Amino acid sequence: MACFPFAVAAWILACGLYGLVTSRDLIRTIICLIVVQSSTYVMLVAVGYVTGGIAPYFSDVAGHPKTVDPVVQALALTDVVVEAAVTALLASFAIQAHKRFGTLDPHDLAEFKG
Amino acid sequence: MPALFPLVVVVPLLTAAALLAARPLLARRRALLDLVAVAAAASVAVMLGFLLAAAIRHDSVYWFAGFRPAGGVALGIDFVADPFACGLALVGAVLMTAAMVFSWRYFERVGSYFHALMLVFLAGLTGFCLAGDVFDLFVWFELMGVAAYALTAYRPEERGPIQGALTFAITNSVGAYFTLTGIALIYGRTGALNMAQIARSLDGRPPGGLVVVAFLFIITGLLVKAAVVPFHFWLADAHAVAPTPVCVLFSGVMVELGLYGIARVYWSVFGAAIGQRGAISDVFLFLGALTAITGALFCLRERHLKRLLAFSTISHAGMFLAGFGLLTPLGLAGAALYVAGHAMVKAALFLCAGITLHRLHSVNETWLHGRGRRLPVTGAVFTLAALGLAGLPPFATFLGKGWIEDSAGPGWLDVMFTLCSMLAAGAVLRVAGGVFYGLGDPPAEDPQMAAEANEEEGETESGRRRTPLTMIVPPAVLVAGGLALGCLALVPRVGAAFEAAALRFEDQAAYGALVLGGPAPPGHPAPGVPYPPAAADVTLTSVVIALITVAGALAVAGAALYWRRLPLLRRGRGPGAGLTVVIRRFQSGVVNDYITWLVLGLAALGGVLTVIISRHP
Repeated sequence: MACFPFAVAAWILACGLYGLVTSRDLIRTIICLIVVQSSTYVMLVAVGYVTGGIAPYFSDVAGHPKTVDPVVQALALTDVVVEAAVTALLASFAIQAHKRFGTLDPHDLAEFKG
Repeated sequence: MPALFPLVVVVPLLTAAALLAARPLLARRRALLDLVAVAAAASVAVMLGFLLAAAIRHDSVYWFAGFRPAGGVALGIDFVADPFACGLALVGAVLMTAAMVFSWRYFERVGSYFHALMLVFLAGLTGFCLAGDVFDLFVWFELMGVAAYALTAYRPEERGPIQGALTFAITNSVGAYFTLTGIALIYGRTGALNMAQIARSLDGRPPGGLVVVAFLFIITGLLVKAAVVPFHFWLADAHAVAPTPVCVLFSGVMVELGLYGIARVYWSVFGAAIGQRGAISDVFLFLGALTAITGALFCLRERHLKRLLAFSTISHAGMFLAGFGLLTPLGLAGAALYVAGHAMVKAALFLCAGITLHRLHSVNETWLHGRGRRLPVTGAVFTLAALGLAGLPPFATFLGKGWIEDSAGPGWLDVMFTLCSMLAAGAVLRVAGGVFYGLGDPPAEDPQMAAEANEEEGETESGRRRTPLTMIVPPAVLVAGGLALGCLALVPRVGAAFEAAALRFEDQAAYGALVLGGPAPPGHPAPGVPYPPAAADVTLTSVVIALITVAGALAVAGAALYWRRLPLLRRGRGPGAGLTVVIRRFQSGVVNDYITWLVLGLAALGGVLTVIISRHP
C-alpha cells in the first residue's frame, strides 16, 4: 500500500501530460498544466507521510508526538505560490491571445509565430 | 564580506519593489527610473565581483540567519560561493547592466514594470547560482522563469510575443514540475534538501532506480532551460519575439544557467552515487553533439536575425554541454571560459541587432541587405563580435574551446566543434558581410520570412538620425570585454586558477566538507585550501585549429553570399533550401508538439540511463 500515493501521482502526471499534448484550447492547456503540477503536491505530501502521524504542531502538545514531515508541507505551500503566479500569468496571456487573434487554439496561434 | 551574500539578491528585489511602489512618481521621470535600475544592476555586479575575488582565494558558505548545520544535518538555507558560481552570476549582472543601459533610449514608452521584471530576473539568476540546496535552486529557477515569461510578452499588443511567451512558459513550467518531482523523490530517499547532505546520504550505496529517476527528473527542467535537443523548441520562438535587451540575457546567461544547474547537480549531488563516469560522459557528449549540430544547421538557414542568433545559441549550448560532459577538470574550465566569452560576444551581437531594428526598422537579413552601410560603427562591432563567436584568437571563446579540445576527448569531438563553430559563425559572418557591407548578391525575397521579420516593428522608436551613445557603447564594451577576458586567460596564473576552480567544483567530498563541516576525507584537501594549480596552456595545435575554424567560417559566409557564382551550387535553389521545410515542420510553433518532444526525449533519456545503470551494477 505504501506505493499507492506514488501511483496516484504518476497517474495524475500522465493525465496532465496527455491533456497538454492533445489540447485544442489554451484554457484547457493551462488547466492541464495545473493538473501536472497537482501531481507534485501528491508526491510531496506522500513523501512526508508517516503512518499514524499527526499534523506537525508542537507548541501545545506534550512530549514528542509522532507527526508527519513538516518540511514537505512547506515545500507544497511554496509550490502552490509558484502555481498561482504561473497560472495567473498564463491566463493573462490567454486573454490577450483571445483579444488579439480571436482564437484560443494552439494550432491557430502557431500561425502568429514571430 | 559575508554581508554581501544576502545583499546580492536583496538589492535587486527591494529595488524592483520600490520602483513598482513609486510608479506614479516615476511615470514622468524616465531618466530617474533608468538611473535607479542601472545603479541597482551595476551594484550587484560590483558586489559579485568582490565575492568572486574572495572565492578565487577561498570558497565560502553563508548560512541565512545563522542556521548552521549540526552533526552533518543541514536544516538552514545556504549560499555557496565558488569561483564558477560567482563568475556566472557576475556575467549575468554585467549583461543586465549593459541591457539596462541599452534600453535607456531604445524603448519609446516603457514603464516601471520592465525595470522591475529585469531586476527580479537578476535576483533569480544570482540566487540560482549561489543556492546550496536543491529546493532553493528550484525556487530561484522559477522566480527567474516567471520574470522571463512576462518579459517575453512585454509587448502583449503584438501577435508574436504572446505566442512565444505561451510556448516558453508552458514548456519550461512542465520541465520545472519534473524537477520538483525529482526533488521530492530524492528527499524521500535521503531526508535532505541540502546538496552536500544528499550527496553524503547517497554515498557508498548502489544507486538504485529511484536515485536515477530522481536525477533524470531534476535535470529535465534544466535541460529544457538549457535548450538541449529535443527540449529546445521553445527557445527560437521566444528569442525571436522578446525585446532585444531581454534576448541578451536569455542567450547570454539563461541558457547557460540551465547547463550550470546540470553541472552543479551532477558534481555536488549525484556524481559519486551514479558513478560510471564513462557512460554518463557519453550521454552528455551525445546530447551536446546533437544539440550543437542541430543548432548550427538551423542557424545557417535562418534569415530572421534574432532567430538566427537564437539557433547559434542552441549550437553553442551543445558545445558547452559537450565541454563539461567530458567530466574532466580541463573540460569544465574550458566550458566556463567559453560560456563567459560567448556571453560577451553574443550579447554584443544581439545589441547590434537591436540597433539595426532601431535605425532600419527590420531584422530581416534579406530586406536589410546592403542597407546597414549607413551604420559603420555598428557594422564594425557586429563583425568583430561575429569573429569572436568563431573563436578568433585571442577572444575568450578561442581559449575556452582550445582547453576543451586539449582535454583528451574523443577525436570526433574536435571535428564536431570545428564544424559547428564554422557553420554557426559562418551564418553570423554572412549577415555581417551582407547587411553591413553589402557584399554578395542580393538574396531573393522570401515572402513568408519577410512577413515574419516585419512583425518586429513597434518595439523601438524610429526616426533617429544617429545611434545614441547609450546604445552603441554597451556592445562595444562587451566585445572589448570578450577580448580582454581572452587575453587575461592567456596569463598562465589565470589559466591555472581556472583549472583549480574546476578541480574544486568537481570534488564532491571537498564540497561536502566545506558545507557540512567535518574533516575532509583522505586524499582531499581541507575546505578552502586551493588545489595545486595545473597548467592550462595554449598549445600550437589549438591556435592552428582556431585559425582553420575562422577561415572556414569566412569561407562558409562567402559561399552563402556568393553561392550563385559557385559552380556546384549555381543550379540549386540555394544552399540548404531543403532544410527550410524540415525546420518549419519541427519548429511548428504548436506548444502541444513541443510537449510531445519533451516527453519523448525524457523517455529516451530515461531508457538510456536505466541501461547504463543496470549494466554496471
